[in-house]
Amino acid sequence: MTLDETDRVILNRMQEDLPLCSAPYAAVAAELGLDEADMLDRLARMKEERVITRFGPFFDAAAMGGAFCLCAMEVPAPIFETVLTKVNAHPEVAHNYERAHRLNMWFVLATETPEGIQVAADAIELETGIEVLRFPKLQEFFIGFRVAA
Amino acid sequence: MSISDGDRQIIAAMQEGLPLASRPFAAIAAQTGLTEEALLHRIAELKARGVIRRIAAAPNHYKLGMTANGMTVWDVDVSRIAELGAKVGALPFVTHCYERPRALPHWPYNLFAMVHGATRDEVEAKRGEIAAILGSACRAHDILFSTRILKKTGLRLKQKG
Repeated sequence: MTLDETDRVILNRMQEDLPLCSAPYAAVAAELGLDEADMLDRLARMKEERVITRFGPFFDAAAMGGAFCLCAMEVPAPIFETVLTKVNAHPEVAHNYERAHRLNMWFVLATETPEGIQVAADAIELETGIEVLRFPKLQEFFIGFRVAA
Repeated sequence: MSISDGDRQIIAAMQEGLPLASRPFAAIAAQTGLTEEALLHRIAELKARGVIRRIAAAPNHYKLGMTANGMTVWDVDVSRIAELGAKVGALPFVTHCYERPRALPHWPYNLFAMVHGATRDEVEAKRGEIAAILGSACRAHDILFSTRILKKTGLRLKQKG
């Protein structure tokens, strides 16, 4: 789909926090000088077209007592799909990317307890016979999550 | 686990997303048996505790023409990583920036910065900007372009009981 200028203004604003009030979209529409119904239509269309993959709260698993961990594996090409099926079958695997590197599978584990990370990573090692390198965050530097649409 | 069953129920009701309707919180409140006002109050508490970081849109970089995605990785002098990591994280094209442990001997890199761009050349140019900031504090670096999204889901809470 092609985004017009109004779509872009909406998308840029909606990557920031929604006001916490009874009619939050009306508040944002007023801020942008738009009509609420028109803005909701555009948001629904962008979601339908998957320009927006999700609209809602961003949770921090660590603040809930849980944990995230970036993990990497060196998966031989001939068994890549087999290993992928085994890895993705774990509900703790939140994101998984293939990358052009010797370490070619990179995924994030999100678990409800810190111990859950080791349990899930160990299980994947056992099932696949491939070492799971673990890269937990030691320090986070400002997440500039926004993308200029 | 530091969240109550009540909070868990609220999170579960919102993990698929917030309705795109005039009164989205009223819709979620109806599912959780709370009044809209009580729900807004509970969400404000979850935000204050950092459990909810923000309520916002997750854009699809690919659909926005940002088809090149490079994870840049750097071997940075630990004594300078806090100062330099903050500078790299503040760059407008860096969407995530973390210090992570090295995995020696295979992996000497301890600073990870995700860079998005329309083309790989653009991402490479941005990588050059990061290299200039790190200067002599960086001993080695690499870039890992993503070639395929293998899975992408939001946080999923296990249902209790």
